[in-house]
Amino acid sequence: MQIDLSVQDATKRFKDFTAVNCVSFEVQKGHFFSILGPSGCGKTTLLRMIAGLTEPTSGIIEIRGQDMAGTPPNKRPVNLIFQQLALFPMMNVGENIAFGLQRRKVNKADIKKKVHAILERSDLPGFESKKISQLSGGQKQRVAIARCLILEPTVLLLDEPLGALDLKLREQMKVELKKLQAKVGTTFVYITHDQSEALVMSDYVAVMNEGEFEQIDTPQNLYNRPETSFVANFVGENNAWSGKIKECDGLTAEIETAEGSLFRTKLKESLQPGTEVDLFLRPEAMVIQPDTDMSDLNRFEVVVKSLLFDGANSRLLANPLNDDTQLLIALPQNRQYDYIKVNDKIKIGWDKQSGICFPKK
Amino acid sequence: MKHQHRWTLLIFLTPVLLWLFLLIVLPQIDLFIMSFRTENDAGKMVWSITNYYNFFNEPIYWLTFVRTAVYSILVTFLTFIIALPVAFYITKVVKPKFQGFLTVLLLIPFWVSEMVRVYGWMILLRESGVINHFLIKFGILNHPVEMLYRDSTMMLGLIYTSMLFMVVPLISALESLDDNLIEAAYDLGANMWTILFKIIIPHATPGIVSGSIVVFMLTLGNYLTPNLMGGKNSLWFTEQIYNQFIASFNWNQGSAFGFLLLFLSSFVIWVGLKLSKQTLKKVIQ
Repeated sequence: MQIDLSVQDATKRFKDFTAVNCVSFEVQKGHFFSILGPSGCGKTTLLRMIAGLTEPTSGIIEIRGQDMAGTPPNKRPVNLIFQQLALFPMMNVGENIAFGLQRRKVNKADIKKKVHAILERSDLPGFESKKISQLSGGQKQRVAIARCLILEPTVLLLDEPLGALDLKLREQMKVELKKLQAKVGTTFVYITHDQSEALVMSDYVAVMNEGEFEQIDTPQNLYNRPETSFVANFVGENNAWSGKIKECDGLTAEIETAEGSLFRTKLKESLQPGTEVDLFLRPEAMVIQPDTDMSDLNRFEVVVKSLLFDGANSRLLANPLNDDTQLLIALPQNRQYDYIKVNDKIKIGWDKQSGICFPKK
Repeated sequence: MKHQHRWTLLIFLTPVLLWLFLLIVLPQIDLFIMSFRTENDAGKMVWSITNYYNFFNEPIYWLTFVRTAVYSILVTFLTFIIALPVAFYITKVVKPKFQGFLTVLLLIPFWVSEMVRVYGWMILLRESGVINHFLIKFGILNHPVEMLYRDSTMMLGLIYTSMLFMVVPLISALESLDDNLIEAAYDLGANMWTILFKIIIPHATPGIVSGSIVVFMLTLGNYLTPNLMGGKNSLWFTEQIYNQFIASFNWNQGSAFGFLLLFLSSFVIWVGLKLSKQTLKKVIQ
């Protein structure tokens, strides 16, 4: 498989602040690669370095095997879609899309044909002479993408382009972008702070924190097998306890939480008793009112504090009996649990295989 | 309530209206009438278009007129060429905390009067001036050169006087330009010149036009700088008007010239607005 983009040890320092620290990754041709991280984690700086708008302090950025050092953005085979889209308000839709081709001195008839074709493909037929201010949010989005795709870049960089849209449109554009990427086959590098965008669209996701990559993996693995506490916390919802290893038997351990509960969980590596650990548990890993004959479950009782109804994503907010840790418990919507009311006491169980445990740093 | 509102409006508007009417409209009407009157052979004042006829009949008058117009347009254009990089540097390149400081630096020369500034240039440029002194001292020149009283010197003085009036509207126009647009154009393959002509200038057009109008009108109506720095060979049309009023004491001829100048500035601004596809309303906002 051909590697379209390769970044090796890219670092960017601003005076005494390191925005991006020794980041390395590769993106295969035709993949949808996302970089997911909280705001201020350095993901925009990383993207700007790939686009050539920021010069890296050190490290190598290669596109299709060619070192990009010293190549200005107007000579790089990548295009960037800005967070605010940056459509040119002084030009109409057609002129915006034709801008890049005109710079390449393509002849006028060809430009016209190509602009027409790409507008057709973007579901905006006949929009050439519309002004930018006449477009809706979703249409602006599509014009911005068309303006880059018409140049057939090797890699298309997207800087949170859905951030400014309202929720409904964002959900719609998510699916649309994914379909579009599959159709045109261009390599996409997408940055976002919205984990759902990253998980839904990407082939691979890199989770970034404080200028470094925590994990690069498929969305499924990120969710099910996070490698660091940051990833476990950031990707998807999680219940967290901190505690100490009480006993360790191979890859299974008994953990005593700070609140005094005892849980059995699997480990990734054997740990010494007394090691401080973080324990994470997905809301859906908790079974409500488990059958008494199911052995090997961590069982405890909780008081329901609140019912958070959100369709298929409904949850219970509950406290264990003996402490005030807040727990999120997934509530399956098969009406089986409709009897649960606020302040009810219910039994909860979870399998030791579902626990995710990391030694504290 | 509504009645009271009307009274307040009247109180605040009266001084402005009085000022406009008594000091501008009334004298203009008087001058306009005067420009169409002339002395006949018997020494009596009669209606006539002789004053305007003289202008077209006497080459020195209309040549000065055309010269003034062409030079004013040139000064406006050169001021724009110099002011655009300055405004771009202040708004986009320099760190925000230095922006105010640099703007104040631009403003400082305007704390002294135009007269003092022009004399400053004269001290620098005259035959026994500072620049000649150093050029001779370092052996670049053998004997001093008179740098004053040339067209180029006069242009220099006019551009210097006009700079601020071009830079300030350009700064406010460029401040509203999103940096992302420049970066997006760069990313899409544009070079520096394309970005300048396709993104920056179209965005800044209202600022450019309003700055140009102010600079053009100030230059066209300037008397001091052409008079002091231009010398005898570079006659400015305002000097012709001055000569008629003060030297020849021919107020009728002077007011005819005045109205021709007013017509010229209105006409050039109208053409400028048409060419840049701007409206006066949008530009003065």
